[in-house]
Amino acid sequence: MFYREAGDFKTSYTDDNQTFPIKFDRYRYYVVLAVAFGIIPFLINDYWANAFLLPFLIYSIAAIGLNILTGYCGQVSLGTGGFMAVGAYACYKLMTVFPDVNIFFHVIAAGGITAIVCTAFGLPSLRIKGFYLAVATLAAQFFLVWLFNKVSWFYNYSASGQINAPERTVFGVPVTGANTEAWATYLFCLVFLAISAIIARNLTRGMQGRKWMAIRDMDIAAEIIGVNPMRAKLSAFAVSGFFIGISGALFFAVYLGAAEAGDSFGIQKSFLVLFMIIIGGLGSIFGSFAGAAFLVLLPVALKLVGVDFLGWPTDIVAHIQLIIVGALIIIFLIAEPHGIAQLWRVAKEKLRLWPFPH
Amino acid sequence: MLDSTDSYVTSDGRTIGGVVMEMKNITLRFGGVVAIKDISFDIREGEIRAIIGPNGAGKSSMLNVISGFYVPQEGQVMFHGKPRPQMKPYEVAQQGIARTFQNIALFEGMTVLDNVMTGRLNKMSSSLFAQAIWRGKAEQEEIENREKAEKIIDFLEIQHIRKTPVARLPYGLKKRVELARALVSEPSILLLDEPMAGMNVEEKEDMSRFILDVNDEFGATIALIEHDMGVVMDLSDRVVVMDYGKKIGDGTPNDIRNNQAVIDAYLGVAHD
Amino acid sequence: MPEQIVFAMEVFLNGLMAGVLYALVALGFVLIFKASGIFNYAQGVMALFSAMTLVGIMKGQVPFAHVINVIFGTDVHYFGWTVPALLAIILTVVVMVLFAWAVQKYIFRHLVGQEPIILFMATIGLAYFLEGVGDLMWNSEIKKLDVGLPQGINEAIDNYTFNIFDYGFFIDNLDIVATLIAALLVGGLVIFSQYSKEGRAMRAVADDHQAALSVGVSLNFIWIMVWSVAGFVALVAGIMWGTKSGVQFSLSLIALKALPVLMLGGFTSIPGAIVGGLIIGVGEKLFEFAIGPMVGGATENWFAYVLALIFLVFRPQGLFGEKIIERV
Repeated sequence: MFYREAGDFKTSYTDDNQTFPIKFDRYRYYVVLAVAFGIIPFLINDYWANAFLLPFLIYSIAAIGLNILTGYCGQVSLGTGGFMAVGAYACYKLMTVFPDVNIFFHVIAAGGITAIVCTAFGLPSLRIKGFYLAVATLAAQFFLVWLFNKVSWFYNYSASGQINAPERTVFGVPVTGANTEAWATYLFCLVFLAISAIIARNLTRGMQGRKWMAIRDMDIAAEIIGVNPMRAKLSAFAVSGFFIGISGALFFAVYLGAAEAGDSFGIQKSFLVLFMIIIGGLGSIFGSFAGAAFLVLLPVALKLVGVDFLGWPTDIVAHIQLIIVGALIIIFLIAEPHGIAQLWRVAKEKLRLWPFPH
Repeated sequence: MLDSTDSYVTSDGRTIGGVVMEMKNITLRFGGVVAIKDISFDIREGEIRAIIGPNGAGKSSMLNVISGFYVPQEGQVMFHGKPRPQMKPYEVAQQGIARTFQNIALFEGMTVLDNVMTGRLNKMSSSLFAQAIWRGKAEQEEIENREKAEKIIDFLEIQHIRKTPVARLPYGLKKRVELARALVSEPSILLLDEPMAGMNVEEKEDMSRFILDVNDEFGATIALIEHDMGVVMDLSDRVVVMDYGKKIGDGTPNDIRNNQAVIDAYLGVAHD
Repeated sequence: MPEQIVFAMEVFLNGLMAGVLYALVALGFVLIFKASGIFNYAQGVMALFSAMTLVGIMKGQVPFAHVINVIFGTDVHYFGWTVPALLAIILTVVVMVLFAWAVQKYIFRHLVGQEPIILFMATIGLAYFLEGVGDLMWNSEIKKLDVGLPQGINEAIDNYTFNIFDYGFFIDNLDIVATLIAALLVGGLVIFSQYSKEGRAMRAVADDHQAALSVGVSLNFIWIMVWSVAGFVALVAGIMWGTKSGVQFSLSLIALKALPVLMLGGFTSIPGAIVGGLIIGVGEKLFEFAIGPMVGGATENWFAYVLALIFLVFRPQGLFGEKIIERV
């Protein structure tokens, strides 16, 4: 009864186009924003920031990026890890070459650079489709990781081959380096996530989003009704690269502090983000959040139960993690191939009618 | 015979203009198979031109040549008196040619409204950055085009399903949505590939009414492929008949009705 | 003959051998893809799991020993017996057939008709699952595998080439055996798929599930058969690689190497898998030999993919794959 649209008439197309047409949803959204910006910074501590909140925020941005490319535009990419690496190394070089520029701009610039790289690697999509394209993106993944390992200019010739994030501040508060506080890193990432989500939402609700989805659903028909396939696909790669690059930069500079291409940005990352959007829901911004939350929380939860509660040795728990993640992926694919977002939508449908069954 | 520059008024008050498209000696081959053999005919502005023939005659291929998807090995497609240069399919759409498909080609991942809105894409020009910001130019453009789309949605009576995902619709409604998508781009030439296929009598009557209304109200030139003879005779101004890739008849419905070659083709009389 | 050319010849021959092993792994993929349209990312983990099972059976390990010990506080590791290689191989094949049956029943039967990317993701999930189970069952330490295959440098070739070129080629006996076995397997599979009733049924299923059903082909049987054969191929690959470098996690990464092989050869072609494997094997090694030193080495990490990528741009269906025709 409380989740209603009756009596809530839209009298303009602007209103009809809202992200949250149902009042209840809109208020819920405001509450979430209020809690995220206004309450959590006061309650957060280092453990929760590192175990859950920071990776959740950062992976959500990557998931949004990959969702635009794969979920909305239908171009499967297994190169996410490599592109995150581009973002990270670009950010590192910018930080070290221009130490006086605020890191906020470096992260955005890293996103821009990744957009360009991603577009270049997206060129084969004009000739190759579907599964073959996925495999072709592996070329990007392996080549990029090799590049950042081999060409020492990228890690400023350091002997360890690692990149380390020097301390940088925003409005005087450190957000990278050893002296950061949880609330600062959290808010820094949250701001980027909010901006990314808004941009993604705007792009996908307008004509650009429709062009992408048309290519995804039936690219020949799309071309016949006037979509320029090259522009549509490359723009998807570019926008996707922008978000993934930002995510990579934040992952390195704010979360990890130090990174090495092979360890931090290998193919496992590509799979991880892909799982996030599949479990969360392809073609859904909310799904990107849901998938990221799920796959970040899962190992934390398993460790809590397995190691802390049951007292089992960590290697057995690690093996069990693999088993459970693998099984869950399969179960999700069988039971709900459209992901958590679909489950959510179905739940809301039922809620709209509640207490009536149909 | 009519001079190509003459326009005339039909018995029900519609004005048919001069020749807007002309196929000149079109030959289309796929490897060793000749799909279309030396066919010439024209399409006049504002008319409803049917392309008919038994299965496998090459009608869909002809439509694909008209729409620019296939490039004939011989012959020319004239557009407003000038040979049409070879162009990519999406450029053809920008020229004002819209079409529907024999086996529905809607975007199954989107709603009816979104599908119809895709028909407006050539009319919208906000940049990626403008759309990313949304407020202002991009939103304004979206609202304007939404209004245009809603007019067509009204016209084709699909308002009640505008937010329904297209995948859930029955066949007849899908065909209507496809027609809406083609119409909404304000095409000068509308190509319909078997718009009545798979419909019952009522649905055919509705669709016929819509096609006539489209031609009447929007002045669109329509070329359609159709199997139902009754529909063809009732709707079209002129008919082209194809069989085994060749043209065997070209004229008004009455001319065609009495053409022995056409009758033979449909009855299946043996060919040399 | 100039030294570099002699070295290059050796690299070429070793590349051919490596290529044969790649082809072997790629074969498993082609089989499953041909029959079900699924690209089985788990093929590599299947090779690892089968090799681990083989070693475990041979050494008489207690399955899930580690877990049992943690739960029940016991301290068991081995049964105390050892099993001869041939019997162990047979038992492992039985395990892989059971695995094929389970995979079919619990996973892919429920995913009929789904898009290829969903099926692919399911196999990634399967790979993770199987890796976890394998580790839990037999523990994840590196194991040495010895089923009695000849190893070490082949003396005959060493002497022969030394006499001709003044430089003895290092060709490992194991590689020669692998080539022979792979050739036999490939020949057998081609004959099977082209000429046997089951092979024809398999190709029918690959083309169109519904149509195959309507002519009476049992999808379940075909799929179990195909996954079993793929499991057997995985075992052979696992034995070869495992004997060479030990049974360890990196074995499962061969799956990733098979991908460019398939891209080159075409996903649906058995001869394509072979030719693709050889091209990649030789190409990788020669590229590393010639260009590697100039760019810091380790080009083998990415060369295969870039080669396949370039190839795909010009010929999207691969060398032998079926041309993808799209109609409106």
